[in-house]
Amino acid sequence: MSMFEGLKFRKVSSPIHDLDPRVKFFYVIAMFAVAVMYMELLPLIVLFLIQVPLVTMAKVTKQWIKSMRGAAFFASIIFFTNFIFSYLYQGQQALPSILEYSMAMTLRFIVLVESFSIFFLTTSPDHLGLALEKSHVPYEFCFAFTTAVRFVPVLAEEAQTIMDAQKARGLELEKGNILKRVRNYIPILIPLIVNAIRRSLELAEAMESRAWGATKNRTNLYELKLRRGDYILALLTVVMLVLAVYARWHIPIPRIMEIFPWKASR
Amino acid sequence: MIEVKNVHFTYPSGVEALQGVSLKIRNGEFVAIMGQNGAGKTTLVKHFNGLLKPSKGNVLVDGMDTRDVSVATLARKVGFVFQNPDHQLFSETVEEEIAFALRNFGFKENVIKRRVTWALNLLGLTQYRKTSPFMLSGGERKRVALASVLAWNPKILILDEPTIGQDYGQKEKLRQFILQMKAQKKTVVIVTHDVEFVAECNPRVVLMSNGKIVADGEARKILTSPEILEKAAIIPPEISRVFLELSEFGFPTNVIDVYEAGEIILDFWEAKNREHV
Repeated sequence: MSMFEGLKFRKVSSPIHDLDPRVKFFYVIAMFAVAVMYMELLPLIVLFLIQVPLVTMAKVTKQWIKSMRGAAFFASIIFFTNFIFSYLYQGQQALPSILEYSMAMTLRFIVLVESFSIFFLTTSPDHLGLALEKSHVPYEFCFAFTTAVRFVPVLAEEAQTIMDAQKARGLELEKGNILKRVRNYIPILIPLIVNAIRRSLELAEAMESRAWGATKNRTNLYELKLRRGDYILALLTVVMLVLAVYARWHIPIPRIMEIFPWKASR
Repeated sequence: MIEVKNVHFTYPSGVEALQGVSLKIRNGEFVAIMGQNGAGKTTLVKHFNGLLKPSKGNVLVDGMDTRDVSVATLARKVGFVFQNPDHQLFSETVEEEIAFALRNFGFKENVIKRRVTWALNLLGLTQYRKTSPFMLSGGERKRVALASVLAWNPKILILDEPTIGQDYGQKEKLRQFILQMKAQKKTVVIVTHDVEFVAECNPRVVLMSNGKIVADGEARKILTSPEILEKAAIIPPEISRVFLELSEFGFPTNVIDVYEAGEIILDFWEAKNREHV
């Protein structure tokens, strides 16, 4: 649960929260592209560090650390699978470079989680829906999307209540072998699904009774407008993208162990 | 016996729902926990069967610290009926629903059969034995949820908002049922906003506000003290409000029972008549 906690939007006022979601999304995609471009540790460390000021500016450090902690489990899986398989393939000779490579792969994942976490922590579902609408996605889909995002925490809370209710009837989730454990979740899943369906029907009725879709031309209470901050972030992102592409093809990237020679310490 | 010793509880979100609660509920007592929304009532009772463990302080059930035993072990002693039956119903038939907990506690098949029949009978659900619980009305689903907990005959029974969405007839049945449990020396704890229901049952009332207990005592005393009730955003039952208004004519102010109120008015009226004659 803690990992989702680190992706949940909280209403705070900060320069990052006020940015246009489209620009922020462009930034996330650019980050994604750059992170995937590099397999070396050094540029990935740089990518990780340049995002930290954004986190502090958005005042979401605590939640962001939670999401990082949630990612740590998957990160360690990535590290060990990379390390073990490269080791089996290349043998002991290349140990330092295998280590560096595995660390780079792990850090790449962490950089991705970092940028997505910044995006989701600072963008309200409403803004996200608005951004989709501005990108000419049909309104029905935007609505379905924002509703789905909005109901995730509600469902999570409900799942917790159902778990409590069944535990109070003597259900022990961690008992038995694997098959039994999976079956233990049936008394939790059925009420959860039934309630979700019931709730969606109720929502549909409530929407109908409030004349959903009565007018073709919708207007919005809030309009998305690009401000100075948005242009600055967009510009920085483009500069980063160009630099990254240029460096990829024209600058040989040194390995960390070449800068800080491994042998000297031995 | 449930002993709550200076319990503090903070949710992961940082909300401190209980701020130093101490309470002792003896065996066979009937207690109503009342208070406004968010006062910490449900949080408190979730400590009684170990669903929540105190952040600070201790909760002892029959001398066992809830931190040391599993919820399943405690549940055998402490039956907890949740507010919304839809959070627990999942089986194909009402019968299966009631047998679920009994299976979890490892009862033998023939015992399960007997207990299910007994519980169905107790709550007037025998005709729905083979019906899907999802096909039943709200009030009936609530009764199935209650039956599914009663089936294992727990010593302590906790009911979270038992009267919500129930018509008068069902409430009256519930009241009779609680009195029956009391006669069997069971401990019953209800969490509720329903002042009128509490006034009719006349239990011990524990009043909560902002994570603290603000009053604890007889219903007759607490439900007729507007200044205490105000702290918990509750108004006295209607009959008490009438009597509070009439106190200047010499009416008692501690009346919560409608029959008693009727008798007092009759006496008053007769006395008046005699004066005139």
